[in-house]
Amino acid sequence: MHDAGKIITGLALFLAAALLPFWHNAAAGKAVKIEPKIVTQEKQCVAAKDTMRANHMDLLNTWRDQVVRQGRRTAVTEGGKQVAMSLSNTCLSCHPNKQDFCDTCHNYLAVAPYCWDCHVAPKERS
Amino acid sequence: MTLHRRGFLKVAGLTAAGVAGAGSVRLRAGDAAASTAHETATGPRWAIVIDPRKCLKKEGCSDCTAACHATHNVPALENPRHEVKWIWKEGFPEAFPDQEVEYVDEALTEKPVLVLCNHCGNPPCVRVCPTQATWRREDGIVMMDWHRCIGCRYCVAGCPYGSRSFNWVDPRPHIKEISQEFPTRTKGVVEKCTLCEERLAKNQPPACVEACKEKALMFGDLNDPNGELRSVLRSRYAIRRKPGLGTQPAVYYLV
Repeated sequence: MHDAGKIITGLALFLAAALLPFWHNAAAGKAVKIEPKIVTQEKQCVAAKDTMRANHMDLLNTWRDQVVRQGRRTAVTEGGKQVAMSLSNTCLSCHPNKQDFCDTCHNYLAVAPYCWDCHVAPKERS
Repeated sequence: MTLHRRGFLKVAGLTAAGVAGAGSVRLRAGDAAASTAHETATGPRWAIVIDPRKCLKKEGCSDCTAACHATHNVPALENPRHEVKWIWKEGFPEAFPDQEVEYVDEALTEKPVLVLCNHCGNPPCVRVCPTQATWRREDGIVMMDWHRCIGCRYCVAGCPYGSRSFNWVDPRPHIKEISQEFPTRTKGVVEKCTLCEERLAKNQPPACVEACKEKALMFGDLNDPNGELRSVLRSRYAIRRKPGLGTQPAVYYLV
């Protein structure tokens, strides 16, 4: 092979650069599992934990439309309880720790919901 | 029967004319019912009656404005071109430009008039909003959805009363004390009085009505023939702002 030295060196450099993401992941180690912190004594959220984890965005959108556009303010939870459909006043009454609850997952996933531009988070932890 | 081309065209033409005629009659009838927004006995029609004489009793009073703006996290901005207001005082010629006031008592015509969103029966702002971020509810309140507002300001241009304010800057730093009970708005949306619909849902009167110590603001149901508003309007003559525009405002000023 002509110019074998140059070719092998070039190939080695290319592989090193192209596989950089894998070197980085190997060096960075295993991702930390995040768990939002629950501070409330209540046993039940508005819906089951797994439902909320997967669907809280949808739920909040539905609540928003019901309250603002239909004027319907109360809902019945899965447990049969009547709640006001309000982010600041219902959700945040049990989960006032926005930084340890909402923000843990949102920051990890680089999600920046714009709810907080308008909706007031509790002063103590926001 | 043999139908030749000419016969077929005659029948087709007559059928088309008949269908179009019937359709247009039905359409016009439907339109007429929808265009005048007079709910008759199908629920409340909220309105406000203001008594300017009571309002002017205390000079420089702004209790209603303070209460409204505190309840709803309305910012206080120094630059008058950025100002955001839900209820405020306007000069008499600005509030009632169609009233001739020569030789009328200056005690009324040179004093400020309390104005707010008129929650019109035929609101121009609702008509021009491209996203239906503002709409007219069954009970007469012209409501706003700040999630949907894109800040085009078409409604600001459409409102003949200047009731709507655009958030030119981020309002949060300019709110004296943020109330937890009500959200703020962001830069880039238009806001106005919503007749305290969140308070009405809890059977409370609007904040301005409650805050006025002279009871100059009256709130009630125009569809209730025996209610407070109707009896007041029967007993005294009342005017509305720019009635010739056909907006059917729901804020009355007792003369």
